[in-house]
Amino acid sequence: MLDFHPLILSLELALITTCILFFISVPLAYFISENNFKLKPFVSAIISMPLVLPPTVLGFYLLIAFSPNHFPGNVLDKYFDLRLIFSFDGLVLASVIYSLPFMINPIQAGFESLPSLLKEASYTLGKSKFQTLIKILLPNIKSSLLTGIVLSFAHTIGEFGIVLMIGGNIPGKTRVASLAIYDQVESLNYHNANFYAMILFIVTFLILLAVYILNGKYLKSGRI
Amino acid sequence: MIQLSLYKTLKTSDGDLPLDINFQINEGDFIILEGHSGAGKSTLLRLIAGLIKPERGFIKVNDNEWYNSLNNFFLPPQKRKIGFVFQDYSLFPNMTVLQNIEFALKNKKDTAHLKEIIDIMELEMFKNRYPETLSGGQRQRVALARAIVRRPSILLLDEPLSALDSGMRLKLQDFLLIAHRNLNLTTIMVSHDISEIFKMSNKVIRLSKGKIISEGAASNVFTQYYISGKFQFTGDILHIENSDVVNIVSVLIGNNIVKVIATLQESESLQPGDKVVIVSKAFNPLIIKLQKN
Repeated sequence: MLDFHPLILSLELALITTCILFFISVPLAYFISENNFKLKPFVSAIISMPLVLPPTVLGFYLLIAFSPNHFPGNVLDKYFDLRLIFSFDGLVLASVIYSLPFMINPIQAGFESLPSLLKEASYTLGKSKFQTLIKILLPNIKSSLLTGIVLSFAHTIGEFGIVLMIGGNIPGKTRVASLAIYDQVESLNYHNANFYAMILFIVTFLILLAVYILNGKYLKSGRI
Repeated sequence: MIQLSLYKTLKTSDGDLPLDINFQINEGDFIILEGHSGAGKSTLLRLIAGLIKPERGFIKVNDNEWYNSLNNFFLPPQKRKIGFVFQDYSLFPNMTVLQNIEFALKNKKDTAHLKEIIDIMELEMFKNRYPETLSGGQRQRVALARAIVRRPSILLLDEPLSALDSGMRLKLQDFLLIAHRNLNLTTIMVSHDISEIFKMSNKVIRLSKGKIISEGAASNVFTQYYISGKFQFTGDILHIENSDVVNIVSVLIGNNIVKVIATLQESESLQPGDKVVIVSKAFNPLIIKLQKN
């Protein structure tokens, strides 16, 4: 009997993570691209770390941090009754950290590619920085936003190491599709493994295909 | 009345250049800023707009202070009543012509004013098109409409017509003059074109290396340089050829090559590449009309 739960869980995790990432990354990317501060290289390095760090390294430190025996896990546990380890909430937080560069980097590059005159023109028309961001900057970096959203979504679906470390592969709770494939292979259920794998394969392909088609349209229309 | 005194150090490729400008203009003036590139004209416009901050000085528009270094007051560009037209138009690519202009409109219900501006600039026909589908002249009209629809105290124009061909340029000069008069604007425009300066401005301010070198009516400011009974052209020597007792010097003036006869003695110090002035006294030059404006 095939269990659809891992697929639904993967989808849920990817959706929630992508939503959270979008709302964190837009202001953060805007701030980084707008300002030249001393700690900028430091901040950029921290954000991009998950790109090169083995997921197990990040997973290991998050495991320690989330555990009720260490700070800040013990504070969360004691005062907020929140235990992130081996829970779906923990998976979401870990995914947000792990996929952050996939969302921030394209958006930041988008902001930096816009001519500064566009911004200045809006200021001279009496529009605040916030109005300019919403009405002018964001609509003109649609393709970067789309790239960020899709990359983080696809990347979260494809996570393995970090969800294994933090989530602990608990059926129905933290066993996402990528872990289910591993489980099925381990118990020699190649048919089931193939089912999960094929669905991930197709879904990921379709998402990326949609992005390239949409981005191609934006570029062709010249409206970015 | 607009009074200003501004000081700012400009970073140029030749090192630091102090921009030190004082002037005052009256409401309804059409001012043209003239000067070599790097003289500080664009920077001056950006300082007035509040897009960059001066080091010291003040800007007073009528009775309102826009900037004063003494009490550290700086009004951000959003709060200054300005219209700014950039050289490359800077239209918002995500909005149609109408949306671009509406975006600038302070009171969205002021549709009568919106319509008036669209009519003056003759934009009705393509108000639903996106900027990328428009020609340079059309884009510049949209940029002008967007800048003046806010009823600015000062209209700032940074070489708005320099990228256009001469026909479109003449037409847009007329649009600008109509808007300037009908809407009772005070305009400061950067331009290099002498005929444009004479046609549009009631006052010229000439800048050089960050300082004002002369100001006044165009006919006064340019008299000593440009108006005389002589024809005077500057050009580059392309070629010097000997022909018996004289030399024939080919000089490139604009796009024309002119051959001038010089005695051997006169041309001794000349060589190809030299910049020269060719002067001819014209006692009764003929004026022949080529095309109707």
